[in-house]
Amino acid sequence: MYKIRKDDLSALFRKIAGEKELYLPQKIGGQTNYAVWDEDAEIDLNTLKTVKSAKDAFFPQFETLYTCKKEGKKLQVEAESLKEKDFVVFGMKACDIQGVKVLDNVFLSEPVDSYYAARRAHGILVAMACHEPEESCFCKVFGLDAADPSADVAVWMIGEELYWKPLTEKGEALTASVQELLEETEDAEKKVEEEQVQIRKIIDVLPYSNLSLEGWNGDATKDRFDSPVWETLYKPCLACGTCTFVCPTCQCYDIKDYTTANGIQRYRCWDSCMYSDFTMMAHGNNRNSQMQRFRQRFMHKLVYYPANNNGMYSCTGCGRCVEKCPSSLNIVKVIKAFEEGGNKA
Amino acid sequence: MQIKEKGEWKPKIVAFCCNWCSYAGADLAGSSRLSYPADVKIIRVPCSCRVNPMFILRAFERGADGVILCGCHPGDCHYSTGNFYARRRMTLLFSMLNYLGIENGRTRVEWVSAAEGAKFSQTMNEFVEKIYSLGENVRLGDLRCKN
Amino acid sequence: MQELITRAKELLSLGMVSRVLGWRAGDLSYNPEPAFFEKEEELGKLVYDGFCGANLSKYMIEASALPGKTLVFLKPCDTYSFNQLIKEHRVDREKAYVIGVGCRGKLDIEKIKAQGIKGITSVSDTGLNGEDEIKIQTIYGEKTCTYNSALLSRCHVCKGKEHKIYDELMGESRETKDAERFDEVKTIEAMSSEERFAFFQKELSKCIRCNACRNVCPACSCRKCVFDSTKFDSAQKANVDSFEEKMFHIIRAFHVAGRCTDCGECSRVCPQGIPLHLFNRKFIKDIDEFYGEFQAGEDIETKGPLTSYTFEDVEPGIVKERG
Repeated sequence: MYKIRKDDLSALFRKIAGEKELYLPQKIGGQTNYAVWDEDAEIDLNTLKTVKSAKDAFFPQFETLYTCKKEGKKLQVEAESLKEKDFVVFGMKACDIQGVKVLDNVFLSEPVDSYYAARRAHGILVAMACHEPEESCFCKVFGLDAADPSADVAVWMIGEELYWKPLTEKGEALTASVQELLEETEDAEKKVEEEQVQIRKIIDVLPYSNLSLEGWNGDATKDRFDSPVWETLYKPCLACGTCTFVCPTCQCYDIKDYTTANGIQRYRCWDSCMYSDFTMMAHGNNRNSQMQRFRQRFMHKLVYYPANNNGMYSCTGCGRCVEKCPSSLNIVKVIKAFEEGGNKA
Repeated sequence: MQIKEKGEWKPKIVAFCCNWCSYAGADLAGSSRLSYPADVKIIRVPCSCRVNPMFILRAFERGADGVILCGCHPGDCHYSTGNFYARRRMTLLFSMLNYLGIENGRTRVEWVSAAEGAKFSQTMNEFVEKIYSLGENVRLGDLRCKN
Repeated sequence: MQELITRAKELLSLGMVSRVLGWRAGDLSYNPEPAFFEKEEELGKLVYDGFCGANLSKYMIEASALPGKTLVFLKPCDTYSFNQLIKEHRVDREKAYVIGVGCRGKLDIEKIKAQGIKGITSVSDTGLNGEDEIKIQTIYGEKTCTYNSALLSRCHVCKGKEHKIYDELMGESRETKDAERFDEVKTIEAMSSEERFAFFQKELSKCIRCNACRNVCPACSCRKCVFDSTKFDSAQKANVDSFEEKMFHIIRAFHVAGRCTDCGECSRVCPQGIPLHLFNRKFIKDIDEFYGEFQAGEDIETKGPLTSYTFEDVEPGIVKERG
């Protein structure tokens, strides 16, 4: 294991950014989000949760797929090139890492999404342990350990130092490229263990850590889908897309065309099941009420996805929807509502 | 002509003209052989109040460097009051665009009657001059429409 | 709070109302949600504290279509929105029983968190009779902050504590206004054109097009928004080009110009903290200056500034003259 003083982090970031694109949490207009490093970046590693997750680095909110251009009577079709260079995402939390695993199951299974696969192949994930978890966190419920995130490199911020532990070949290579800035250390294991104990202690007392997922599994489709609980539960929902856009695992997208000056740009962008045109088809929409769309989001996360992915939930307990929903509605309230009334109903 | 000497860049200017006054004014300018720059593309609308802020933004999105709205003089609207509403809307919209840091001169409203061919030509000449002095519109367009 | 519950139960049991629209206590100490209550026993969960910032008037559109009357709790600023909705025939006055509730300003949890308070497990009483100092228990120890330091920014420029429409009133309000409503707009107006452009570019670049601002807005009550049209080639869910966020926010602000009551919900709900009220307030300021002072939602009769005119109105050229 290695360590580096916090004061030297900017040198570390400069070094990494000199060779690869570096995404890390930055304060932009008062909000902390992942963005590509530059000299003027206001880096913010203290805010626990970025507003949006790190999902954009692998599955951006919008990306061009191909462009058609008209030249005289000819039509030129140009596919967007795939990611070819390595890049680093620094500071992902255990929940964000799990989010990427959820996306992997969707985009890397046949038929493989080549745009996503290229980004995954070139992305190097540096995960950071959560120094001070907050009340909206519930990753423990999904079996994650925020104190010991597993990625290409894991880091811990302890006091004035950052401890660095490569975990994979990619991680070793990244470590080698910044070796001169890192200091090999003996006492690290002990320090990190102490920090981990401390983090886990906090996680144990978080208000959502005892949330029960009983009744939520791949076999629960009929039971949950027909429940009358949804009818009242969705009422405060404004049908905005905040929860889906800040979510590290929401993976639905829409494909659209934009008419440019002399052609078409075909792009895809995130879709939200909360929107009225979600999965719109020629015949119309098969979910024509907000209740149905609302239900879709939670059924997908807690029932359909586990049914197709060996029981893995498509929620990582990051708690972003808990913090950001304008109507204070969220997946935790949904789970609790079923605990209270739904299981009996 | 004077304008051609100003280099390669040619502005794109959209003029929304009401059917009853300004469009006829443009016709009169033409039949009176009064010239105005070919950079101005006229879009005929039934009334100046048909123009919704979205039209103006849409024009900018698709590459316009200036947008001008022409209608009947206040009080002379074919539909009695349409241009009064248009006047309030455009005042507020232009003020908002200015507030967002879009250059002031890129938008304009002018009342041109069917008898004012000369005014039409003069207005368009002035407006095109203004747009030349402001240069290309880079603050309010969609980059995808540039290529 | 107890009075609210008691009165709501009373009205339900008398059959004067069929349901109650209020806020239901959340699972954390600061996240109550708007809710309909139909049975007396459910009302135990009704809450009215500092975190009940949500403006309930828009939910009355839905309630107006239901049989029977709905009891709705409206804060002073919410009554402006409700009036405006009546004026636009979007809600039915006859279907509503309005209880105007007092307000001492509402809280912004983000402002509490910005003071370094995290891991919140409980919050002391933030109701109408709560202390000026809020005690907050967190996993990381007890913290305090003043009520004033955590107010939503809209409450600092409160329009006043008078309810513009009600059937009965409950609870005392407290004054929270300590800033001028148009100061922020004036600050921006004083910047150079380049600075203004850079300012808005930066703020709007944060927009994720979640449409929360639109969906929460009581003035945005179109059955189908133009931005949701499938025939519209700008996406309503992504800013593929920076033009799209400008287009959306300009058009949205314009569409509610003269109808926006400045309730501040748009800025409250924005997950990216974009000061969206700056658009609406600019229109309000301009309307006041050009066409005389006007407050949307003040009453249910006066014509809006964009649906009326005078012969002597200023010409659009004034914008250039003012610079």
